[in-house]
Amino acid sequence: MSELSLRAQLAAVLGKGAATLSRATGRGDGSVIGGRIALKVEPDLLAQLARGRRLALVSATNGKTTTTRLIAAALRELGDIATNEHGANMPTGHITALANSPNARNGVLEVDEKYLPQVLQATNPAVVVLMNLSRDQMDRASEINLLAKKWRETLQQSEAHVVANADDPLVAWAGLGARNATWVSAGQRWKEDSWCCPACGGHLKREPDPHWECPECGMRRPDTTWAVDNQADVVIDPNGQRFRLQLNLPGDANRANAAIAMATTAAYGIHPDQSLPRLREIHSVAGRYTSVVTNGVEIRLLLAKNPAGWLESFAVLDPPRVPVILSVNAQIPDGKDTSWLWDVDYTVLRGRRVFVMGERRTDLALRLETDEVPFEVADRVDEVIAKLKGEQPDITKVDVIANYTAFQQIRTAYGRVQ
Amino acid sequence: MSDTSSALRIVWIYPDLLSTYGDQGNVLILRRRAELRGIRTEIVHVHSSDAVPVEGDIYLLGGGEDRPQILAAERLRADGGLKRAAERGAAVFAVCAGYQIIGESYGDDADNPLPGVGILDIRSGRGETRAVGEIVADVDPALGVGRITGFENHQGRTALGPSATALSRTVTGTGNDGQTEGAFQGQVLGTYLHGPALPRNPELADLLLRWRVGQIPPLEPSWGERLHEERLAAAL
Repeated sequence: MSELSLRAQLAAVLGKGAATLSRATGRGDGSVIGGRIALKVEPDLLAQLARGRRLALVSATNGKTTTTRLIAAALRELGDIATNEHGANMPTGHITALANSPNARNGVLEVDEKYLPQVLQATNPAVVVLMNLSRDQMDRASEINLLAKKWRETLQQSEAHVVANADDPLVAWAGLGARNATWVSAGQRWKEDSWCCPACGGHLKREPDPHWECPECGMRRPDTTWAVDNQADVVIDPNGQRFRLQLNLPGDANRANAAIAMATTAAYGIHPDQSLPRLREIHSVAGRYTSVVTNGVEIRLLLAKNPAGWLESFAVLDPPRVPVILSVNAQIPDGKDTSWLWDVDYTVLRGRRVFVMGERRTDLALRLETDEVPFEVADRVDEVIAKLKGEQPDITKVDVIANYTAFQQIRTAYGRVQ
Repeated sequence: MSDTSSALRIVWIYPDLLSTYGDQGNVLILRRRAELRGIRTEIVHVHSSDAVPVEGDIYLLGGGEDRPQILAAERLRADGGLKRAAERGAAVFAVCAGYQIIGESYGDDADNPLPGVGILDIRSGRGETRAVGEIVADVDPALGVGRITGFENHQGRTALGPSATALSRTVTGTGNDGQTEGAFQGQVLGTYLHGPALPRNPELADLLLRWRVGQIPPLEPSWGERLHEERLAAAL
């Protein structure tokens, strides 16, 4: 903090005051408003607050909140850290996170994909963590090919060490712009946005998975030093040592997040033997993967905001006898355009009891009808539970998959479960 | 002949380049509405490295970002299959970036005109502002489709030449120029309604089927019709 200019110190203090007020009045967690006020006073504040620290920036379409949380957990091995754990992933949130931990030498910040170039230039991070890019909220987000290009150009001007998923061609192409990189084979289930070469547009040869190369310009997947073995629930480090994950977060997507977190914190000198026990302590992230028990039924909440996210959620569903509730809204944070529903393959839900709800349940209904998946229409989760309980008194589990505001509504109905 | 010779061939052009946000919906709903009427279908996915077959019935083109759009146009022009198919009377349904590239010319990201496939008499360039949101338009009565609704997300502005007819007049939204939306010429039809334009407008899907198989029996109204009503009510 001693390196901060007087103006920056004032800005930080004002920002903290606003954040405290925001929390005290119950308007929010204070991450955004505090940063916004501070930035008005000192536009260079983010750069000043970042100076002298070893920061990791984490960006991706999916999994950035969870991975930031995992890295934060492992980094605490080194002592106090700065992190935006409330998911406020734009510069205002970064300022609040750094101002709140003035003495933390290490930190990890989740960064919105679009803001990554700007935040990267301002904070001069030690590590940039890149995981995946796929279609997401097209009515308000940038086109992903353009995003990857901007990431690549910014990394070409940067000293940061990249930790990236080599199995995602767009991410790899962006990461190859950096001088130094650690490549992780973290897998890629959703491939519909990366059939073409990011460099020249040629149709990529993608076999055998996860390898890929462009037959036209020769660009190919970088060689990896870290890998995930999903079947064995194992992460393999650069020495070939295998670490059994046994996470408390479900699915391949979280194995990938954990592998990335282990590779990132290894760059800070933390051995997997030390990081892994800390990763296992995470059971849920801002309500994601949380279970609530109501009326004797365990309801598991899965957040899925885009086609790649829905695919990962389907992969962690309980056995087919467990019913699933799908809920879709189309408010601004969700994207007002529900076209993406048609990119998801719902046929995997055949044979399972399915309920649809949310503001755009009619879109979901047509989508399921087209995939010949029988479904029932519902208004609320508790109504579904009561109905199921009436028909099947011994029912114990129900899964819920919802997009952003639909997820928050359900979470709020159960007391903002963490 | 193989037993697919009598099937309705639905050809999806370049899903690797032109499949941005729900474009697959048009393939799925055409298949479903055909099969509910006992019409067998065959779906052909044509990748950008493949030749475009000329003997298809309905060709579908989706949306794409700037660079994939340019690549798709270049490859389609070099291949020639889509143009030959349209010349022999196949139906073509193209949305958004796909709509622009089946025209005479379209603009790149700096608005330099680039040549299109040339099967629809339209010329597209870049507008000042991006058009994003729900759109409603009244279709040319000659097509018997009524009112259509969809989501647009583009910066293009499109002018029609003498051989093309406007698909519709806009009620809300931007479409070609704030006045008209989409264009058709024979059985080639394009629109700025992006992604699942056919699931959201069952009558438009049925128009394409009628073009290829003649009269088709009506279907019991279901979720598609309900969604159409719901989105119209929400947008107006």
